[in-house]
Amino acid sequence: MVYENPDGVRIGLEIHVQLNKLKTKMFCGCSSDYHDAAPNTHTCPICLGLPGALPVLNKKAVEAAIKIGLALEGEIAEETQFHRKNYFYPDLPKGFQITQYDFPIVSNGKVVIEGEDGEHVVGITRAHMEEDPGKLAHIGSIEKSKGVLIDYNRSGMPLIETVTEPDMRSPKEARRFLDKFRNILEYLDVFDGNLEGAMRVDANVSVHWGTRVEVKNISSHKGVERALLYEIMRQKNVIRRGGEVIQETRHFDEGRGVTLSMRTKEEAEDYRYFREPDLMPMHVIDWIPAIKETLPELPDAKRARFMEQYGITDMHARSLTSKIMLADFYESVCAKGVDPKLAATWTADVFLGELNYRDLAISSYDGKRIRFIHAKDPKIKNSFKVSDMVELVNLFAEGKISDRAAVEVIRTMLDTSEEKTPFQIIEEKDLFKAEDDLVTKAVAEAIAENGAAVQDYLGGMEKSLNFLVGQVMKKTQGTADAKTARELIVKKLNG
Amino acid sequence: MAKWMNVAQIKEKIEESSAEEVTAHYLEVIKKNKINGYITVSEKALEQAKKIDAEGHNGPLAGVPIAIKDNISVAGLPNSCGSKILENYIPPFNAHVIEKLLSAGAIILGKTNMDEFAMGSSTETSYFGPTANPWDLERVPGGSSGGSAAVIAAGQAPFALGSDTGGSIRCPAAFCGVVGLKPTYGAVSRHGVVAYANSLEQVGPLANNVRDIAALMDVIAGYDHKDSTSIDSKTEYQKALVEDVKGLKIGVPKEFFGEGIHPDVEKAVWNAIHKYESLGAAWEEISMPNIKYALASYYIIAVSEASSNLARFDGTSYGFRASGDNWHTMVSKTRAEGFGAEVKRRILLGTYALSAGYHDKYYLKALKVRTLVKQDFDRSLSKVDVLMAPTMPNPAFKIGEAIEDPLTLYLSDVNTCPINLAGLPSVSVPCGFTDGLPIGLQIMGKPFDEPTVLRAAHTFEQSTDYHTKRPQGVA
Amino acid sequence: MITKEDVEHIGWLARIDVSEQETADFMEKLNSVLEYFGQLDELPTEDVAPTYHVAEIYNVFREDIVEESLPQEVVLENTEDKQNGTFKVPKIG
Ligand SMILES: [Mg+2]
Ligand SMILES: [Zn+2]
Repeated sequence: MVYENPDGVRIGLEIHVQLNKLKTKMFCGCSSDYHDAAPNTHTCPICLGLPGALPVLNKKAVEAAIKIGLALEGEIAEETQFHRKNYFYPDLPKGFQITQYDFPIVSNGKVVIEGEDGEHVVGITRAHMEEDPGKLAHIGSIEKSKGVLIDYNRSGMPLIETVTEPDMRSPKEARRFLDKFRNILEYLDVFDGNLEGAMRVDANVSVHWGTRVEVKNISSHKGVERALLYEIMRQKNVIRRGGEVIQETRHFDEGRGVTLSMRTKEEAEDYRYFREPDLMPMHVIDWIPAIKETLPELPDAKRARFMEQYGITDMHARSLTSKIMLADFYESVCAKGVDPKLAATWTADVFLGELNYRDLAISSYDGKRIRFIHAKDPKIKNSFKVSDMVELVNLFAEGKISDRAAVEVIRTMLDTSEEKTPFQIIEEKDLFKAEDDLVTKAVAEAIAENGAAVQDYLGGMEKSLNFLVGQVMKKTQGTADAKTARELIVKKLNG
Repeated sequence: MAKWMNVAQIKEKIEESSAEEVTAHYLEVIKKNKINGYITVSEKALEQAKKIDAEGHNGPLAGVPIAIKDNISVAGLPNSCGSKILENYIPPFNAHVIEKLLSAGAIILGKTNMDEFAMGSSTETSYFGPTANPWDLERVPGGSSGGSAAVIAAGQAPFALGSDTGGSIRCPAAFCGVVGLKPTYGAVSRHGVVAYANSLEQVGPLANNVRDIAALMDVIAGYDHKDSTSIDSKTEYQKALVEDVKGLKIGVPKEFFGEGIHPDVEKAVWNAIHKYESLGAAWEEISMPNIKYALASYYIIAVSEASSNLARFDGTSYGFRASGDNWHTMVSKTRAEGFGAEVKRRILLGTYALSAGYHDKYYLKALKVRTLVKQDFDRSLSKVDVLMAPTMPNPAFKIGEAIEDPLTLYLSDVNTCPINLAGLPSVSVPCGFTDGLPIGLQIMGKPFDEPTVLRAAHTFEQSTDYHTKRPQGVA
Repeated sequence: MITKEDVEHIGWLARIDVSEQETADFMEKLNSVLEYFGQLDELPTEDVAPTYHVAEIYNVFREDIVEESLPQEVVLENTEDKQNGTFKVPKIG
């Protein structure tokens, strides 16, 4: 199947990612751990842009950039340097941003995503280093602002800006790209996506291979998909009415779910780029071999290994490796001798599903306990132990609890923060019963839905029994034991 | 106490009496101020001197007072850069050179007047009014470190720090009859020094004599991890002061004696070169064909970098703020009211030179010409040890004479700015007078070869008496 | 030649309000300087590499080690316009 792309949609992304796992900022020694701090307490003459202060580059930021470049299968520049991008904005204390211009550290990379028609390659044009501006808060709303309050704690945070080719053909592909991209960065341990402002996305989008429009400052993955859906619809409507899409920059209003015009091309800024005279150029290609050594197993490689090593489905492997911490958690569960297929079902389908339902994002894993926090309210947090999953899956595998009971245990553990084991919860709630367990239910369904096969079996055709067992296996996604299923069917049909 | 003392004499005095008394003496002379050399006189100087006395006189400059150009950050003292926009700005940190001076025991007397943001060659563009030349109060002291040179000439400080982007140390040194060194690019940290044109400028010393210049360099020069352009040359400056120029090869680039040069200046410089010859040096005339393009190249680069450097002065988090109903109008008004005319002209010029459509024509072109100028220096200095030329083509001009025409003012940097394009060391030493106004000899050298440059300057100084002449009739 | 419109445009880019009266003065003075800069055109430089910096230094870095930041009250010392630890400016407009 080839995706036709009926509306001729082309989407390119520009993603700003904070290297927030570094201890200090890009050009000064201020701590990057400012997220819960009082305003302007993580600042110094350099990140405040005081006259006379000079930037000195954080070596770890360059290493992280190279790491990212290698993970994106890009080329690392032989010579790379910084430029000044000159413009005025209150969050920019120097009146220019130190960034990279015609010598970005990374170029020509790629990311393979699960596209509309299977594997799809998204080209990475470039990735470069730059500094984050400060943070503005409007007194009142943006529209009716009475003034602006500035906190420079964020000023000078190390950023990587990644620019893709316009290779994505639907909002879904854009979202898939971002998920994959974020996943890779988390594998590299350079980035914590849960921190506020850690990833900001601008999108370029055009329909019918026409004029591109830039949509600025989208802060969430969901936002990207919504913003793009809206913008594509808007552009299609303009064309349908006989109008013309103009090249412009638009702003996504998250609350209303619409994009609004910010400025047209004619009003475009003139950034007057020139080489940053206070920083020296870099020759860092000889760092590559050593950095390659430190590269972890990346998501695609891990997925392939999981399928091979644990015999699990592509779908399970994909979702287990979608978060490095979840993948590590799964491997710890398997290491305790749990059936890897069952562990995959319960981790990927049930556990992860319940987390997503609750808007809980995985935040850390220490080898014993996986922790998660609420995506919008960081006060809501909880954790789940490897030993809990091991106990639960084993109880289920031994037939001591039903699948519904197991789901109930997981839900209970996510909704309460009491330190109880699955066994304790099962006892308290008296969940030790097996009548309506998964296989029994599947058997009943298989019999009810396949009258003809039942008749054939009762009529003496043994082969039909195999068909019914197959149906049960399908319904239980292969988790049922075939022998048990066969016994249950025979018992039920033969009264 | 003698009005003009060198560092050695000051140290003797401190041992005889105290650092406190020496500092009090200078503060007294400053009070009789007639030249407007200081923007700020430090109220903490005496306290600092008392502390040095109490601690015993440790450190190479223990108790020795010094004046600092007002674009070099001293924690707790205003750092106005001669501008209204920074009139009330007090830096919370010390420049690297200030840290070095303080740990050497130096006493900071105050902050000296300068052309606004170092943009000028006369110290007339200062928001705090022009500084007068101690040799003739109706004349400019040169610039932009005019305050630093003038206070030395007037006996209001034994030595001072200035900064030199296109001649801003050497020009006032020449006009005020003192010694001024622009070090090799990278020799002295720029951390804490307010940038005018980052790729061109260096902090450097001004003093009454070459020995004091070297003493100051031994304190302020050296590697600083806070300045990415800093280089660890491990140069020892005072050790270089040998009185011997036998065998020294001097190049005299004829392009530095262009039309418009004052005949007395030309004569004085040639007298100096002949003096060297009599002391055993050899000279030859050489040609540097691209020097005539240096000035245009220099100004394009300087104003381009400046247009970006000065963007931070927007009234947002420090400095002067005008009122405005939104941020952009507030900024535009702040900058219109906070900057003087020459600063605004240079920012606009630099903005233009970097703007879309003109970047290659002006900025990139200037950088290419810079290459050619640098090659001229490389070629010449492969044949000779030092180059000698007039620092300024003319003696100090009258206050108000050139200020209205920027181009005339720019042209006065014609002999000093090429050195900044090439990043080389250059010293100006007194070599004569015309109508009672000092003339400066410029000695230029190879990268990090300050030892040869200073040795040549020192030897000349020891065999002449120009540096012992003092202006009469100033406070 | 810098025109009146150019002065207005670069005045906006540089965020410097330029009055009518100043515009004429800037035009005249900037044009005389630009005319002087124009002498560089006579010098062929097609094959010349630009010199951004005389110091041929590469790879200057700092280690990722935390240094003390300034106390908030010191950061805010140089302004009157502050609120709850932040800098306060007019709305962006
Ligand atoms: Mg960017
Ligand atoms: Zn900082």
